[in-house]
Amino acid sequence: MAEEKKLFKVTIDNITIEVEPGTTILNAARMIGGDVAPPAMCYYSKLKGSGGKCRTCLVEVAQGSTADPRPMPKLVASCRTNVMDGMVVKNITSERVLDARNGVVEFLLINHPLDCPICDQAGECHLQDLSYEHGKAGTRYEFQRRTFEKHDLGPYIQLHMTRCILCYRCVYVADQVTNKRVHGVLDRGDHAEIATYIEKALDNDFIGNVIDVCPVGALTDKTFRFKNRVWFLKPVDAHRDCPKCAGKVTLWYRGDEVFRVTGRKDQWGEVHDWICNECRFEKKKTSDWVIEGPTRVSRHSVISANHYVNVAKPEEKLPQIMGRPPKITLNIHDISDVNKPEIHLSELPGPAHSDDFNK
Amino acid sequence: MGRKLLLEKAHIEGIRYYDTYRREGGYAAVEKALKMTPDEVTDQVKKSGLRGRGGAGFPTGMKWSFLAKPEGVPRYLVCNADESEPGTFKDRYLMEHIPHLLIEGLIVSSYALGSNRTYIYIRGEYAWIVDILEQAVAEAKKNGWLGNNIKGSGFNLEIYVHRGAGAYICGEETALIESLEGKRGNPRIKPPFPAVKGLWDCPTVVNNVETLAAVVPIINMGGEEYAKIGVGKSTGTKLISACGNINKPGVYEIDMTISVEEFIYSDEYCGGIANGKRLKACIPGGSSVPILPANLLLKTAKGETRMMNYESLADGGFQTGSMMGSGGFIVLDEDQCVVRHTLTLARFYRHESCGQCSPCREGTGWMEKILKNIEYGKGKMSDIDLLWDIQRRIEGNTICPLGDAAAWPVAAAIRHFRDEFEWHVTNREECLKRNYGLANYAEPIKATA
Amino acid sequence: MEFSAEKLAKVNEIIARYPEGKQKSALLPVLHLAQQEFGGWLSVETMDYVASLLKLEPIEVYEVATFYSMYNLKPVGKYMFEVCQTGPCMLRGSDDIIKYIEDKLGIKPGETTADGMFTLKTVECLGACGYAPMMQLGKHYREHLTKEKVDQIIEECRRNAAAGN
Repeated sequence: MAEEKKLFKVTIDNITIEVEPGTTILNAARMIGGDVAPPAMCYYSKLKGSGGKCRTCLVEVAQGSTADPRPMPKLVASCRTNVMDGMVVKNITSERVLDARNGVVEFLLINHPLDCPICDQAGECHLQDLSYEHGKAGTRYEFQRRTFEKHDLGPYIQLHMTRCILCYRCVYVADQVTNKRVHGVLDRGDHAEIATYIEKALDNDFIGNVIDVCPVGALTDKTFRFKNRVWFLKPVDAHRDCPKCAGKVTLWYRGDEVFRVTGRKDQWGEVHDWICNECRFEKKKTSDWVIEGPTRVSRHSVISANHYVNVAKPEEKLPQIMGRPPKITLNIHDISDVNKPEIHLSELPGPAHSDDFNK
Repeated sequence: MGRKLLLEKAHIEGIRYYDTYRREGGYAAVEKALKMTPDEVTDQVKKSGLRGRGGAGFPTGMKWSFLAKPEGVPRYLVCNADESEPGTFKDRYLMEHIPHLLIEGLIVSSYALGSNRTYIYIRGEYAWIVDILEQAVAEAKKNGWLGNNIKGSGFNLEIYVHRGAGAYICGEETALIESLEGKRGNPRIKPPFPAVKGLWDCPTVVNNVETLAAVVPIINMGGEEYAKIGVGKSTGTKLISACGNINKPGVYEIDMTISVEEFIYSDEYCGGIANGKRLKACIPGGSSVPILPANLLLKTAKGETRMMNYESLADGGFQTGSMMGSGGFIVLDEDQCVVRHTLTLARFYRHESCGQCSPCREGTGWMEKILKNIEYGKGKMSDIDLLWDIQRRIEGNTICPLGDAAAWPVAAAIRHFRDEFEWHVTNREECLKRNYGLANYAEPIKATA
Repeated sequence: MEFSAEKLAKVNEIIARYPEGKQKSALLPVLHLAQQEFGGWLSVETMDYVASLLKLEPIEVYEVATFYSMYNLKPVGKYMFEVCQTGPCMLRGSDDIIKYIEDKLGIKPGETTADGMFTLKTVECLGACGYAPMMQLGKHYREHLTKEKVDQIIEECRRNAAAGN
């Protein structure tokens, strides 16, 4: 038998698990799942060196380790801090963390154009989710929002720099997934921008992946631009025999028409496999693909609207951690006597049917 | 008259050049160190109690002892000469006047740390000092203090001067390392710390110019002797660069036993407030440390005389104290406007933010805009609380200390001079017509000749 | 576009300061040299040339050149007045000096005179706080500025330009 590896015990929001040494707090929290996992706007597990920048995943380390139980004085970026044995971390149970996160959301939004109504990312935007979870309704920013000169990145990729939160993910993609990087972060401070400096198309074989990693609508698919809202589309998993990439994708249908092709994403919004430009931009016929079936979509996502099959219910950790159910703005049982309170719609395998209520 | 260890000979004619420096006893510390083991040299630095002179005040010997020493991997010493904190110009003075002291300190320190290739990262604007340092390096090499097998010790060392190109952030040690690698000066996320993974992923120590120069007297006199100078944990001497509204701006070496009042009013140092005016406020340790009004500057909240050392300047924490920082001593007379001064600092930090992390990239610009409104008669009362809230949410939440550095001056200005901010809001017309704020903070203080 | 043989030797000397394969470290010093040699600013052509010398992708050079404040990405005047405006200089009257230069040369910060002689630029702390107000002019600092001193400096520049220096 192989030598038994010593695992580290870490407690996050009062839930203790054991993880391999070298695991980050964020990944340990993702193993617990649900609300315990801090939001991450810049970290991307498949991109080496990513993370640490957006500061949304800051957590409080209440106890450094069993050996050195002192708390860490500052909040730490959970995506770039490894767990120690006996570490105690507070995420949603820490007022400090929630306050700081609220601050980070505000910082990310003060110069954001809030043009969601015309943004292709709307509905699958991590900044929308983050703002909804941790932001405030109003703004305290009374100044002109930052704008940039427009740059054309060629036929495939649309850049809206005003929406960018400078997560650097697209830079890492170009460095690590494509064979040549022609774009980068130019200038500095609040003028820093994603650009090529001289007008240049991004047309490398795998550069389309920047669209999938972009947490906001800064880099979007030009071939899909203004074509449809993502929540009107039906995601379907499919594959093809591609000589360049794994060929495993999600096709986004409306009716019989494929509107766009993306990589397949996991529950944290990260793609499973990088896909090539040909799969993404050129193969938009059903006949190009072998259909596997409807994509599993989180029930909390707006994309699950109107989809009654294969909807995934996210783990609810709140009752366990905070001793209360999640806050909901509207409880259907308060306003309607159609449903029986003991029947949870989310647990039904498909669309609700009168049979479900007459059992 | 305080004791001088670094600048004692800085005024000797020709001390910039090797022959004079050597004749005045220069390079004795190298001769002495090469007869010791590297660990013995480190031990002397530990015993000296020397604290980093760049601003953070971290014990140098301890920093050195953290350096990882894996077999077969080069280690590097990098001298941080990217002096850019507003109010600070001491390293420049040292390098301009007595460059061989730095070179000597670098050789001794490189020997202690096992660095065979040591870099001086100097801010790009100090272009002429690059020539001075390169000449000093060439002279040292010609005389056998650099190169292979230095003075038969078997120790090899080359020193190179690397010129930056205009970025305050490169004074942060990991940004400095990035810049030295030919990249944008984006601070790295720590850990790993440079002592384990620094320049080109090798173990690296980054020390300030003054810190490395101080190694020379430490080796010459012995760490224990050095530690006897000063008081408490503020051992040795410290260079203070004094500026603002004083009669004699300049660089002074103090032994950390004098009072702030003596430093400002004595003719040996600042020579009092310029133009017969009264003292209003002071930022005692470089622009990022909290500003103090005259009364809290000269006496602590407990009523004790405030001294020019690490502990006393920090007495009272941020509520009623400040910090020694980099030793950039900025004095404001009664006619100076705290709002305007804070605005220039906010503009500075916005300009120098690297833009990597959100609170600093967005928060510094926001603070500058609000301060500008207040300064130019367009502010609201609620802006003052908003400013406070913004700085509070930047502080401690950024990758590197620039966030703190940007937040602290705003916080301290509001903490101690809130009514001056309010005056700007309620006197929109008047604050446009004059370039100064309220003067009622100044307490008449007689010079202690 | 190419460096002279003498400057190329300098480039190689700079590269040799860093370990084998770490020639990217030479980027900042080589960009300084290129700016000095090729007209006081960094054109795309200049930056691409530096990239080829150091075996870098052009974007790596653009990223660096746009980060640091000392690299000019547009042509500048023959003489650039970089006047510090940060706190300590402000306390000693830098605002008045900037205003004076603006009026005297008829340009605002960031602008160049029509004859291409002078560019005025406001900069942040240059580490001369004790000798304020000050400006950087080329390689050197001009300190303890007064209106008279500004006049003299402008005259000096005009003289030097006329003499072909």
